[in-house]
Amino acid sequence: MTTKEDLLLKLKTIITPYVQNQEGLENLNEGTDFIKDLEINSANLVDVVLDVEDEFDIEIDNEAMEKMLTVKASIEVIEGKLAAK
Amino acid sequence: MRNRRVVITGLGVMAPNGTNVSEFKESIINGTSGIRGVEELKNLKFSCHIAGLPNYNENYLNHYFNKIQLRGLKASGMEYGVIAGMDAWKDAGLVINDSQVPRWDAGVIFGTGILGVDKFREAIYKVDEGNVRKLGSTTVIQTMASGISAFLGGMLGCGNVVTTNSSACSTGTEAILMAYDRIAAGNAEIILAGSTSDSGPYVWGGFDAMRILPYKYNDNPTKASRPMSATASGFVPGSGAGALVVESLDSAQKRGAKIYAEILGGHVNSGGQRNGGSMTAPNSEAVQQCIKNAINTSGIQANDIDAINGHLTATTKDPTEIKNWCEALDRKETDFPYINSLKSLVGHCLAASGSIESVATILQLNEGFIFGNINCEDLHPEIQSQINRDQVPTKTFDFSANIIAKASFGFGDVNACVIFKKYNSI
Repeated sequence: MTTKEDLLLKLKTIITPYVQNQEGLENLNEGTDFIKDLEINSANLVDVVLDVEDEFDIEIDNEAMEKMLTVKASIEVIEGKLAAK
Repeated sequence: MRNRRVVITGLGVMAPNGTNVSEFKESIINGTSGIRGVEELKNLKFSCHIAGLPNYNENYLNHYFNKIQLRGLKASGMEYGVIAGMDAWKDAGLVINDSQVPRWDAGVIFGTGILGVDKFREAIYKVDEGNVRKLGSTTVIQTMASGISAFLGGMLGCGNVVTTNSSACSTGTEAILMAYDRIAAGNAEIILAGSTSDSGPYVWGGFDAMRILPYKYNDNPTKASRPMSATASGFVPGSGAGALVVESLDSAQKRGAKIYAEILGGHVNSGGQRNGGSMTAPNSEAVQQCIKNAINTSGIQANDIDAINGHLTATTKDPTEIKNWCEALDRKETDFPYINSLKSLVGHCLAASGSIESVATILQLNEGFIFGNINCEDLHPEIQSQINRDQVPTKTFDFSANIIAKASFGFGDVNACVIFKKYNSI
């Protein structure tokens, strides 16, 4: 079972290449917003989701993807998909 | 009102025989060919197993693209165009605009025939497998034709025209003239002009199928591209990119920029696929008109032309091209200018040919040499009957040309001719 800390660490690795605000990345926490705090280009959010799918071997539908705008929401989606496996 | 004067202040090139301007210059002076065997073409049962493509290490891309741009990058034309374009910008002494305000006076006109073919192939497989959701965000930006001007415009922060033109093998020469027109008219000060062409079997396959590529030189690649030769048997497929910083003389002087050459003018036209012209062959009357109009708009006489950098692809059309130059200039035999074709050294770089060949032309003007044509020791008899053998040099020699004409012709019966002059402040 993946712990929340593991999950956060993996998520951080995935989003790092897309982050344009390094300060936001250093202060990464559950409340971090991908676009507002990390300045990830909104077009790249689909790439983040695809990388998450590959990393955790899950499939994220459009509805779940629309929620994945913050660290907290992303972790909830990933945990949900992992539990349903 | 007299148009503003327009000059060239920066050069960049990604050619099969040189991946920067100094390497490229050495190669054209020494007659070093960039044509080589391509195993992939052989394995795919092409008739022609050879091609010209820029040779560089993948790590080299890190100097030009950031990590996000490199992710899933599968568009060779994008790589060539960005490297050549950024090099030209730097060569001109211009800096990357890192402010939040675009440079309203600077633009990009960078042409291509087709972009990101390998990326598109990858997308087609995914779509057909029902996996469209797996494409990610990179497919569109790498396969839209204007991806190349969009990448460059964004990297440099340009706020003037940012567009991609497309006119087959006249694309590169046309881009330079589009930049010239816009600057001469006072609508921009600086434009990065150029063109790029992807490499690989999916770009070249259609030409192989048309049986217009040579198939008898697979074991002897550097001998294969033979413009103006009696034994020319088709064009060798090539790829790469050429880039030129086109700038108003005012702006160049204000910046104290190095000036390579002046653009006096030029012309683009089409033969309408009439009177001998077709999708794949030029209407000779239109070619002659294009050259004559280029001379007229440049305010020079045909006799002022010291040298020609031709289109000359190494097909059966080469003698016709020479005839068209003779008639348009009304010059023949010993009175004919020197003429050369870069394609003997790099093959036919398709949409990129006009810009790469223009870089070669400007280097000749600026450095005072005429590069030799390789592989035409056996000049075609129909060419020999029109012009003196010495007008087709086989070895590079020192020659201080004042004016060189450069022409490119493309599928669709389209033509472009530009007149370059050695820069003189008066």
